[in-house]
Amino acid sequence: MLDPSIDAILTQAATAGWVFEPEAKRLLKTAGLDTPAFIWTRDLPEAKRFARRIGYPVVAKIVSSQVIHKTEVGGVVTGIGGDTELERVFRRFYAMDGFEGILVEETLAGVELIVGAKMDDQFGPVVLLGIGGIAVEVYQDVSVRMAPLEAHDIPSMIDCLKGRRLISGFRGTEPVNMEKLSCLLLDFSALVMHLAGRFASIDLNPVICDARRCTVADARIMLDRGPTEEPPAGAGRKNGADPLPGPGRICLRRS
Amino acid sequence: MNFKPMFAPKTMAVVGVSLGNHRHPANVIYNKALHRYPATVYPVNPRGGRLQGNRVFQNLSEIPDKVDLVVIAVRAGQVPGVLAACIEAGAGGATIISGGFAEVGRHDLQQQLVEMARAADFPFIGPNCLGIYVPEVVDTFFLPAERLVRPESGKVAFVSQSGGVLVDQMVKFAGEGVGLALAVSIGNKALIREIDLLNYLADDPKTGVIAFYIEGFAKGEGRRFVRLARECPKPVVVLKSGKSAGGRRAASSHTASVAGDYRVFSAVLAQHGIVEAVNEYQLVSCCEVLSAYPRGISGRVGILTGSGGHGVLSVDVCAAHGLTVPELSAEEQERLRSRLAGNIRQIASLKNPIDLTGSATDDDFVEAAAGLSGLEQIECVIILLLPYSPGITSDLGARLSELCRRQKKPLVAYVPHVERYRMLIEGFELNGIPVSPSIEGAIEMADAMRRCQPC
Repeated sequence: MLDPSIDAILTQAATAGWVFEPEAKRLLKTAGLDTPAFIWTRDLPEAKRFARRIGYPVVAKIVSSQVIHKTEVGGVVTGIGGDTELERVFRRFYAMDGFEGILVEETLAGVELIVGAKMDDQFGPVVLLGIGGIAVEVYQDVSVRMAPLEAHDIPSMIDCLKGRRLISGFRGTEPVNMEKLSCLLLDFSALVMHLAGRFASIDLNPVICDARRCTVADARIMLDRGPTEEPPAGAGRKNGADPLPGPGRICLRRS
Repeated sequence: MNFKPMFAPKTMAVVGVSLGNHRHPANVIYNKALHRYPATVYPVNPRGGRLQGNRVFQNLSEIPDKVDLVVIAVRAGQVPGVLAACIEAGAGGATIISGGFAEVGRHDLQQQLVEMARAADFPFIGPNCLGIYVPEVVDTFFLPAERLVRPESGKVAFVSQSGGVLVDQMVKFAGEGVGLALAVSIGNKALIREIDLLNYLADDPKTGVIAFYIEGFAKGEGRRFVRLARECPKPVVVLKSGKSAGGRRAASSHTASVAGDYRVFSAVLAQHGIVEAVNEYQLVSCCEVLSAYPRGISGRVGILTGSGGHGVLSVDVCAAHGLTVPELSAEEQERLRSRLAGNIRQIASLKNPIDLTGSATDDDFVEAAAGLSGLEQIECVIILLLPYSPGITSDLGARLSELCRRQKKPLVAYVPHVERYRMLIEGFELNGIPVSPSIEGAIEMADAMRRCQPC
């Protein structure tokens, strides 16, 4: 049985097919994950009051039904130092397609990780941990496990990353708080099992970690769009009549 | 469902033999069963008559015996009728060689077979497959005997979605002296699938290692497979194809884009201690080593050779695979040194890798191997043998195998595979000690043991 507040968020997002970032964060918070202090508003004075209360610099992001990838349209601005700058950003966002408000949140600093999940056809829910940020797809430094995770999976997931020293600390940087990171992954894994069947994929990218916190700075939840047309397994080539394998099959070496 | 009669038949029937065409697949299967295997075999064709002097039965119900295994090689449309006859006659199981089902879009016809079999609790392999091969017991492949390379009886069970891959792997298993307990080509895997065979083989006393060639699982089937494999007390090895397929759909999230079908497959296998073979050769070497040593190791190896270069090369390969080559303490080195012949004591390097030099003899290798495998921190000894060294004889394989049995510590060897060194190689192989034709292969064997536990 889905938690009612989580269910309500997913139901509301059904038409769009994905969950707005502030709503995704509310959902993650319900599941026990740490999220930054934020406000989602269409009201400029309210945005300014909030920014002053949590203290500049702040981060501002577009909330729009037309914008899934915010960075690609200039929809994320970090390091906003004061009211004037916030107002300028607000006015620019306001003019963007599908404007549903501005998200103002506290500035975080630390190692940027990606924590993700997808519903795999063969294995069901799987969880991913990797070095995050916008270059995730370039470096592809990730490790994947079938959910639910167990506590012992977490050190081995980190060990599999080329960038593991970013987490364990290098050249005098403080190591990431492992307890917080483990908790976040285990809570996320539990959430993913809870949502199985409702989502297609989830990106928490970046999750910003330092010696004290592991906080979900951005979140994207793509909903399941129903069954896709897949040929049934075992309906492959004929091999009763011609038992020898055909040419041109590729075998990729695991790197 | 009881698979036992199917895999160890005392009586067989081949339905669909031709009275005129002796090259018909059913006739090839019948001939092999008649001349090469102990089971009593009955040919079946609705027209009756005689084949090689034996009565051809017009239908299964006429056969006086209870039939353990029916091989069905008739046209697709006739298969449901034959299957009904098998069930009616109380046969043990069937292998359906015939194609013309899901692979050509006839899902309905295939589904009909599945429903009939489920209702009657009747096991069948296929359709669209080569079926079953058990050394000395049964062979339903429609390939003439003289064309097949047959591995001897052994501990490896191999289940393949592709008949072609299965036959080709048999050549490679035989080439490395790896014996088979059972080989099954499951074709369209309509009823009996990987999971069913994993379940059966986990309890099969002849099987020590269970290997699969898998193109893909049905929705959610992978999850059940890996959970079952993790529970299985025997090592499970998988060769996967279709690695480049999938994940082609434009993904709207980073996770979906980065965690493609194959990346997930490979990671989930490793998570559950299933050893993924990266290619057809590694499938053989993984099966070879895991049938000798079915338990996982954490990865600390000792390397013993007669060449410094081989030592250094192998350390590099170990590092690339995540194996460690711990340096021996001064005290451990001295104890090893005292076991060696006087002429190499001062020139051998004993840190690990251990280089006994080209002056070492069989005795030095046996002593050093005994010393090394006696160390608690060493989980596996890798011996890289250079048989051209004058002190090495062809007895060394058997002597080291004997030592390995006594010490109860895994030992794998590299020996160049040329005919001249055959006795040395067989000294290992025939004593159940894995031996590889390459340095990298020997280290991959040790690595297979490391991977044979959940990561």
